[in-house]
Amino acid sequence: MSPKVPKESWNSRLGIILAVAGSAVGLGNFLRFPGQAAQYGGGAFMIAYFIALLLIGLPICWAEWAIGRKGGQSGLNSSPGILGVVTGQKRYRYLGVIGVVIPVVIYMYYVYIEAWCLGYAVNFARGAMNFETVKDAGDFWGNFIGIGENGSAIGFGMTEVGAFLLIVFALNFYLIYRGLSKGIELFCKYAMPTLIVLAVIILVRVLTLGAPVAEHPENSVKNGLGFMWNPTKVILHERAFNEDTGVENWIPLADGEVVGEKMFAEAEAKAAADPNLKLVEVGMAKQLINPQLWLAAAGQIFFSLSVGFGVIITYSSYLKKKDDVVLSGLAATSTNEFCEVGLGGLTTLPAGYAFLGISGVAGMGTFGLGFNVLPMVFSEMWGGQFFGFAFFFLLFLAAVTSSLSMLQPGIAFLEEALNINRKQSVAFLGFLTAVGAGFIVYFSAGVKALDTVDFWVTNLLMVVLATIQIIIFSWVIGIEKGFEIAHRGAAIRIPNIFKFVMKWLSPLFLIVVFGAWVYNGVLGFQFGGGERVYSSYVKDLFIEPNPVAWFSVGLIALVAGLMLLLTIIGNFKENNKTKEASK
Amino acid sequence: MTLGGWIIMLISTLSVTSLFIWCIWKVLTTEGEDEKVHGFEIETPDTK
Repeated sequence: MSPKVPKESWNSRLGIILAVAGSAVGLGNFLRFPGQAAQYGGGAFMIAYFIALLLIGLPICWAEWAIGRKGGQSGLNSSPGILGVVTGQKRYRYLGVIGVVIPVVIYMYYVYIEAWCLGYAVNFARGAMNFETVKDAGDFWGNFIGIGENGSAIGFGMTEVGAFLLIVFALNFYLIYRGLSKGIELFCKYAMPTLIVLAVIILVRVLTLGAPVAEHPENSVKNGLGFMWNPTKVILHERAFNEDTGVENWIPLADGEVVGEKMFAEAEAKAAADPNLKLVEVGMAKQLINPQLWLAAAGQIFFSLSVGFGVIITYSSYLKKKDDVVLSGLAATSTNEFCEVGLGGLTTLPAGYAFLGISGVAGMGTFGLGFNVLPMVFSEMWGGQFFGFAFFFLLFLAAVTSSLSMLQPGIAFLEEALNINRKQSVAFLGFLTAVGAGFIVYFSAGVKALDTVDFWVTNLLMVVLATIQIIIFSWVIGIEKGFEIAHRGAAIRIPNIFKFVMKWLSPLFLIVVFGAWVYNGVLGFQFGGGERVYSSYVKDLFIEPNPVAWFSVGLIALVAGLMLLLTIIGNFKENNKTKEASK
Repeated sequence: MTLGGWIIMLISTLSVTSLFIWCIWKVLTTEGEDEKVHGFEIETPDTK
């Protein structure tokens, strides 16, 4: 870039807050969070969740905002450029490459999901979404995304994803081409308030549902909220006798959770009649000693806040030297938390529960809840055509604001590494992501490619990048200097206790979480002992090799290799004019 | 929904909602914001 060209920047503080919040608010807030909270014990999960927010969410967020703004003072906006300049050591550029690989690769499959949301919103708006059962809704989803066979997703009818994919791809690149303030910021300024208004309207509708199915009065919103938030779980267990060891165990039934008086009375009668069944109360303390719960809570904070993602560091690099980062970081985080806990936590799961009961929502996963259960719920609900459209349009807006944030780090990186302008960078990234998205969409059978890429990028790369960033902030720059940088122009102060948290607890927490994931998720060891059980992702690579899984990992490696090569040959020139102007 | 469920739900949702409202209020009322606003018309690198 020529030093004569003015640096891009944000138009206002609220603009960047909404852009960062928009990056964070996504499908995870409305679909993943409720499922995780209910699965891991509601109240107990929330305790671990808020602890993870304080130990890793906020600290990494503040560290990223401060590091990004500091790097931006030298005219650098990409993760490799920023990490190289703030540490004063070029070798950190190579670690910064992860901050480009993550958003670029995630965009390749996220745009596919974004197209589902738009497709569902349009189909609800035209009254084409009437389902009698969850299976009907599941069949529609399967056909829409081509889950049955590779290559079958590429169709251009209203009930196929192809046309919607082209629309969202073009929209994203049109907005990113318009630039930071005229594209991303302007869109987020309208999209985020619209998203929140839609979410509040849907929340009011859900909370006034009562018990909508007359034959099942126990399936009520109140019991749905209990399923999600009750800190103590009552679960029907079945006796299991191990003939080899002679040990007798009580195993919880998959759909054995009991919520509400009627269900409790029925379960009690069942247990009294069958000596192989008994009701067991699982308290909050017992749930909190489950390492899986802590992994899930920490994972949710990661996915939800977009920390360790490479986005915040790039966004904040466009700030001026004395623009506030502490309040802005807290405001963006609180917006995400409001959408997740305050809106998502009260809406999706209780709505599903009210129509389908526990068996309909338990263990459905993000896609199952969002694209199978809820469409069926909306088609049964009074005014479902409007509310279904509103919900999926909300998800679509959330997805667009997130996907825009995934493109900007790549744009900034290409501009700096290849010394090209924004137009050229947009064209380059457009081609690269189109090829990657084409791969993901083509290998649609069982959403194998999407699932594999998502697993390795989010579980492995994001945690590694977050650990690198917090260590750079607290140890390489130094916690005192880091705090001084963060507080330049700050509207509020970070409490001093966070010096200890950011220096010791955050890195330690991240390393433990990462170690636990490798132990359990990769090596297959069980926390409670017992036989090793490998996850399907590990099986797909090493035990029963699956070509699509290998191609998917190869895609990540190819992108990483390309970015690494560009970093090696890249310019990353510090823009002294910008540096002077920012003083 | 048990009493514990109500308590956890109300504490969680009210705390994040209060924090969100306070942050937005603070952002909108902090003095000096005007000095940090940069115009929409600033040239971007693609204009060169």
